[in-house]
Amino acid sequence: MIIVSPTPLLSRYAECMMWLARYMERMENLARLLEVTETFVRNAEGQTAWDSILAINSDESLFEHLHTTAQPAEIVPFYVTESRNPSSLVSLAQAVRENARAVRPLVSIELWTQLNVFSRNLLNLRNGDMAEHNLAELCTRVRQDCQTHFGIAEGTLYRDQAWLFYRLGKALERSDQITRLIDIRYHMLLPRSEAPGSDIDLTQWTSVLRSAAAYHAFRRLRPVTLTPANIVGFLLKNDGFPRSLSTNLRQIDETLTLLAAHDNLRKICSPLRECVAELRASLQDQTAEEIIIRGLHDYMNWIQNQISHLQNAIAATFWPAPVCPDAAAAIIADQEQN
Amino acid sequence: MTNALHLAPPPTHGLLDDYRTPDFFCELMNRKVPAPPIIDCIKKRLSSLQIQELQNRTASAEAQLYRMGITFTVYTDREAIDRILPFDAIPRIITADEWQHIERGVQQRIQAINLFLHDIYHERHILNDGIVPADLVLQNANYCQAMVGLDVPGGVYVHINGTDLIRDQQGRFLVLEDNARTPSGVSYVIENRHMMLRLMPDLASGLPIRSVEEYGPRLHNALCEVAPTGVDDPQVVLLSPGIYNSAYFEHVFLSREMGVPLVEGKDLFVHEHKVFMRTVMGPKPVHSIYRRLNDEFLDPLAFNADSLLGVPGLVEAYRRGNVTLANALGTGVADDKAVYAYMPRIIRYYLNEDPILDSVETHICAEPEGLAYTLENLDKLVVKPVGESGGYGLLIGPQATRAELDDFARKLRDNPANYISQPTIGLSVTPTLCGTSVEARHVDLRPFAVTGRSVWVLPGGLSRVALRKGSLVVNSSQGGGSKDTWVMAS
Repeated sequence: MIIVSPTPLLSRYAECMMWLARYMERMENLARLLEVTETFVRNAEGQTAWDSILAINSDESLFEHLHTTAQPAEIVPFYVTESRNPSSLVSLAQAVRENARAVRPLVSIELWTQLNVFSRNLLNLRNGDMAEHNLAELCTRVRQDCQTHFGIAEGTLYRDQAWLFYRLGKALERSDQITRLIDIRYHMLLPRSEAPGSDIDLTQWTSVLRSAAAYHAFRRLRPVTLTPANIVGFLLKNDGFPRSLSTNLRQIDETLTLLAAHDNLRKICSPLRECVAELRASLQDQTAEEIIIRGLHDYMNWIQNQISHLQNAIAATFWPAPVCPDAAAAIIADQEQN
Repeated sequence: MTNALHLAPPPTHGLLDDYRTPDFFCELMNRKVPAPPIIDCIKKRLSSLQIQELQNRTASAEAQLYRMGITFTVYTDREAIDRILPFDAIPRIITADEWQHIERGVQQRIQAINLFLHDIYHERHILNDGIVPADLVLQNANYCQAMVGLDVPGGVYVHINGTDLIRDQQGRFLVLEDNARTPSGVSYVIENRHMMLRLMPDLASGLPIRSVEEYGPRLHNALCEVAPTGVDDPQVVLLSPGIYNSAYFEHVFLSREMGVPLVEGKDLFVHEHKVFMRTVMGPKPVHSIYRRLNDEFLDPLAFNADSLLGVPGLVEAYRRGNVTLANALGTGVADDKAVYAYMPRIIRYYLNEDPILDSVETHICAEPEGLAYTLENLDKLVVKPVGESGGYGLLIGPQATRAELDDFARKLRDNPANYISQPTIGLSVTPTLCGTSVEARHVDLRPFAVTGRSVWVLPGGLSRVALRKGSLVVNSSQGGGSKDTWVMAS
């Protein structure tokens, strides 16, 4: 049940609620990815495969631009304290803070207070601190701070339209993150596991699960064999796992349905809902094996494009760029007719 | 197990034992006349507190304010720093009788200010009758041509007002200045109370302290009352310059307390002289705007064409009566430091009453006799530039060096119209925690009044203390702190 406040939600608030959730989710994912990479992810030479993070975030060219030598040792600060990297923890903390400040009149004081403290702590992080900080420890703290945030949001945010945009942001980001993770890791590991008869590197495959906080959930299914298709299938199609693609597409669908429950929004929500329906159908219609045979990379790519298209369509629907006077007149005339 | 230390009584050194208040009126310790019982009761409770305890509680309060982001932002060339307004845990007490006097005085003053503003933008009787010099008003930088001949709902120009009051050596309340544009600080009045009840429940227990919780609903009501006529359920918004403004916390606070959207200029647009906000449900009409944006930034079509903060077409929509702005445009004439000097006469002129609250004796340097008097007595006077706020650019004669006085005299002769002067007042003091002891610090009071169909004064106010010893400047931008203000119901 969603409450429609007497005052409809300001477009800018909707936008900021969505991005607040997206950046928080992104931060949690990055922290987990750094933590898991340091501990588990190894390349063929047995060294920590830091460069895989660059690929997951499509940051190779920015990293090369900022660093003449692609030293793995520079990748960690690139993702923790580098303010020129928009996907570093520090940049994400800044982005989260700005969005949260904008919706501060809307969110609970408890939510703001926690976010105010932890984002400021992150912003105060300096490169020098990295030597003293154990990276895993820092990442654990960030991840827990993000989870605390989501808990406070669940427990204190008023369930009106603002909440729906927050939920949309979270589900969109999770969908995006999970497809990137699968895409990159699968192709990193593929050459070795494809060789006929070769054992797949169990540690490396379970690290993919760990990067998505999926290891124990996967274990509970007690799969007979641990195969790449099993793992890909779980992360894409398991309806019980909170970070799987199918779970998050379902959430997007449900959230849009709630938004569209309001008469004034039914019409404009329908193209968005069609887009999600198409995504969900494509996922339901294929097994993981079929997806892999037909080309996992192309499919992940297509999904990412669709999600980005959906994000743009949501933006164009709910927070269009300032309209010119003629367009405004048309909208108002339309409203008066209804 | 018995420990010798436990047997010895704790050192019984009261919090206020070493407190000294040379000559000044002290709100708690030296009221010149016998103090009412409630003051003695608070004194007694405070005395039983150890200094260490007070330090701990203060530190905890300030940490809490910082965590909650109850801060204002100070911008340097390189970075933005969030600062809290230093909080002092010893409350400032106002008795029921004192408050009744303040309340009536503030109401009277706001009535007069609204009548004055209506007059100067219409018939100009007060100028034609020679009570206030026409030049002072019509040539004033804050006089707004767009307001000439415009009727505002209910004749209310100043919906939100902060009156700065001080007390002299005898404890007499004096108006130091009016803030009739976009006065700030009311959020601290309410947040300080929350902090205080959390921090000093033992001190407040059982006392008849008047609540400050009503401000948000009262303000919202008033803004609805002055909405354009014919609107049933007016949409109120708070217009802020945005998240980088130093008072953004207060904007958030007020919009939250009123339950209305906090908008920026880009969230609004004007269509056929009506104002709309952009929502996920499409454009929604807006009727009353509590704007925390100065006149010159409100509308690039009417004023500063470079301003990106405002809303194009807003002033014309306002002139056509389709939207109410609170406060109205051009109210800066009423809180001008030179117009201040005429305020007692303005009150008598419109209300035919003597001012309930006295003003500080003021010399207008634009007038030859005022300038001569000021130059002769520069070392005894406070000289203020008329256009500045925030305690900038003023001279405190008794504390200035010879060189500073000579330098200021030159500035004064170059541009006399820019200055007024007043005698230095022995501002009242109040016990304040300063490091490891409780000392006397100067304090002022800013009560806030909200005006819709009638004038309502929030029973409380912002008590600002000058934390530097001997300093008379209480502004937050100049190192001032604040206290909770307890207005007693009886």
